[in-house]
Amino acid sequence: MTPGFPRLPRARGALHPWLQALPFTAVFAMFFLVPLGLVVMVGFWDFNEYALIPAFTWRNYGKLLEGCSRLNEYGDPCVTVSTYLSTLRFALAAWAITLVLGFALAYFLAFHVRSAAMQTLLFVVCTVPFWTSNVIRMVSWIPLLGRNGLVNQTLIATHLIDRPLDWLLYSPFSVLLAYVHLYTMFMIVPVFNSMMRIDRALLEAARDAGASAWQSLWHVVVPLSRSGILIGSIFILTIVMGDFVTVGVMGGGQIASVGKMIQVQTSYMQFPLAAANAVVLLLTVLLIIRGLTRVVDIRKEL
Amino acid sequence: MPNDSNGSRIGRRGVLKGAAAILATGTFPAIHAQEKPTLRYLGTAVNQDKRIAEKFQADTGIRIQYVAVTTDEVAKRAVTSPSSFDLIDTEYFSLKKIVPTGNLIGIDARRIKNADRITPLFTKGEVGGKAVGDQGTAPKKVMYLPGARATAFATGPTQFMTLIPTVYNADTLGIRPDLIKRPITSWAELLNPQFKGRASILNIPSIGIMDAAMVVEAMGLHKYQDKGNMTRAEIDLTIKTLIEAKKAGQFRALWKDFNESVNLMASGEVVIQSMWSPAVTAVRGKGIDCVFQPLKEGYRAWAAGFGIPKTVSGKQLDACYEFINWFLDGWAGAYLNRQGYYSAVLDTAKARMEADEWAYWMEGKPAAKDIKSPRGEVLAKAGSVRDGGSYEQRMGGIACWNAVMDENEYMVRKWNEFVAA
Repeated sequence: MTPGFPRLPRARGALHPWLQALPFTAVFAMFFLVPLGLVVMVGFWDFNEYALIPAFTWRNYGKLLEGCSRLNEYGDPCVTVSTYLSTLRFALAAWAITLVLGFALAYFLAFHVRSAAMQTLLFVVCTVPFWTSNVIRMVSWIPLLGRNGLVNQTLIATHLIDRPLDWLLYSPFSVLLAYVHLYTMFMIVPVFNSMMRIDRALLEAARDAGASAWQSLWHVVVPLSRSGILIGSIFILTIVMGDFVTVGVMGGGQIASVGKMIQVQTSYMQFPLAAANAVVLLLTVLLIIRGLTRVVDIRKEL
Repeated sequence: MPNDSNGSRIGRRGVLKGAAAILATGTFPAIHAQEKPTLRYLGTAVNQDKRIAEKFQADTGIRIQYVAVTTDEVAKRAVTSPSSFDLIDTEYFSLKKIVPTGNLIGIDARRIKNADRITPLFTKGEVGGKAVGDQGTAPKKVMYLPGARATAFATGPTQFMTLIPTVYNADTLGIRPDLIKRPITSWAELLNPQFKGRASILNIPSIGIMDAAMVVEAMGLHKYQDKGNMTRAEIDLTIKTLIEAKKAGQFRALWKDFNESVNLMASGEVVIQSMWSPAVTAVRGKGIDCVFQPLKEGYRAWAAGFGIPKTVSGKQLDACYEFINWFLDGWAGAYLNRQGYYSAVLDTAKARMEADEWAYWMEGKPAAKDIKSPRGEVLAKAGSVRDGGSYEQRMGGIACWNAVMDENEYMVRKWNEFVAA
């Protein structure tokens, strides 16, 4: 793995590539760099109940980390650390489950379904849930999982349990369930895409060389799907790290998430605090992605 | 042919002349001015009823365009983008954030026909001649401005009002009597371990903390100087009580949205929770027994009102005043009273209500016949009595008002700790 870009032959008429890159650069600057710069800047501002005060202060970052040097009276870390830990736990759990599930489904689609027409059909079937709104797909779990919901009623009717299971809804379980339901598709698509590009002759060669099904899966398919797995992982991790709607609805408002914390801060016009928080969240996510890209060099793989 | 061309030239000139004449005399703009303006009305969905807008347009020709957002978002827009609306319907406690920005102008009481008939609850903090609780941001504290463009509140009545009240009410706990099966008389019941896993509190920090304070006081843990303006130590104590309850599994969920509270209650996930009066009505509308339970410690009151942003002028401004005057004139008041809210000018609303309706909603008397909502659904059978009793009983029982504390930032931080615990 060589770091940096592969060296391209020196371009003649050096202006052309710059001009070609200009429109996208402009869009990128307008809608990403400038807003991001503003967020970073506001993170250093001061504020009161009704106004932002341009300044340069570390106060907001200080507030974020206040009391974080020790455990609080309940033996928990400070609110910022415990919130980030909670969000990270969800992100990792959702990632692990969607990875296994997404990989298995993509593998089935790519290698077990023989006809291209059937593949396309099943792939479209996978996307059907995406034709309805994200929120509706999430909310539709509530009548199912509630204390008097369908699942509990069925379990009681079949005498498997004698009182309703409370942990089905407004719990970490229901949040995770919603994440898996909502986002597995983001894993399936890139992994399926990578798998479709694997030369089938390689699998035959593996079989001819005496590899078992597991061996060819582990030594041929997994390494060659790395880029898809990585892209899917980035999708899942960034979405879950920034989520506040799912965790709010499915967690019954009782489970902390970084996104929720930022949302509360913005709704109370504590924009500088929210901005500082957003910067910390961004750095956390970037660190995770950096870690992932160290394992898989995505530029080389694509 | 020459004639023709001549004629056509005259024709063209004529048209040009005509156009010039229209421009010169201003006839053209006048046609526009006869079109009634549209008012962008920023508020929460709770107060924005389609029928009120329709009736107002039918009466005056002015169109109301509702912009419905959450309570916090209303205040946020008032502070950050005052030109995005022509009329604001916001809660009185938000004024502490909005008025210092100078984004609202003082409403000239001389242009409000019924200004001196607005209930004394707002102007003096009295109900039926008796003072009510004024902890928190009681409307009388933020009702007046010293001048039209002032950025601080006046200490006594002046000609300039911050908001003209639209609706107000006194909130308490909502319960499911069919599932609790015993009388509930105190706020302390919210954290009673008997309701472990079946209680809920609202997750809007500035209001949730007040409900929590009512509970803490009812449990005898602490007597607050002012629940609407706690010290840091008091905030710590209140949040600590909440965290301990949460860790013990007291809460089934925390709700933030009106509909969430309705669903929690209607599905039986929760049997006791902070609630708003129209949410109770909505649960009852599903045929489920739900009571907005009066409690011995009193109510947490809230009030909303119309304000006018500084960016509005001319015809738009006149239309704002016309709408406010129309709103106080009775039809809208009667409409709101029939939903279980209270209106600002009681006399005008009374004139537009049936005697039996008035007796049920405002005097706490048993319904002479079935009481219907403005949409015609039966809300109460003949013979039943409104929970909380008469206007005097209910509003006279106010213990505190929704508020913005001086330690608001600290409070929000501690509230986040509660959510994260």
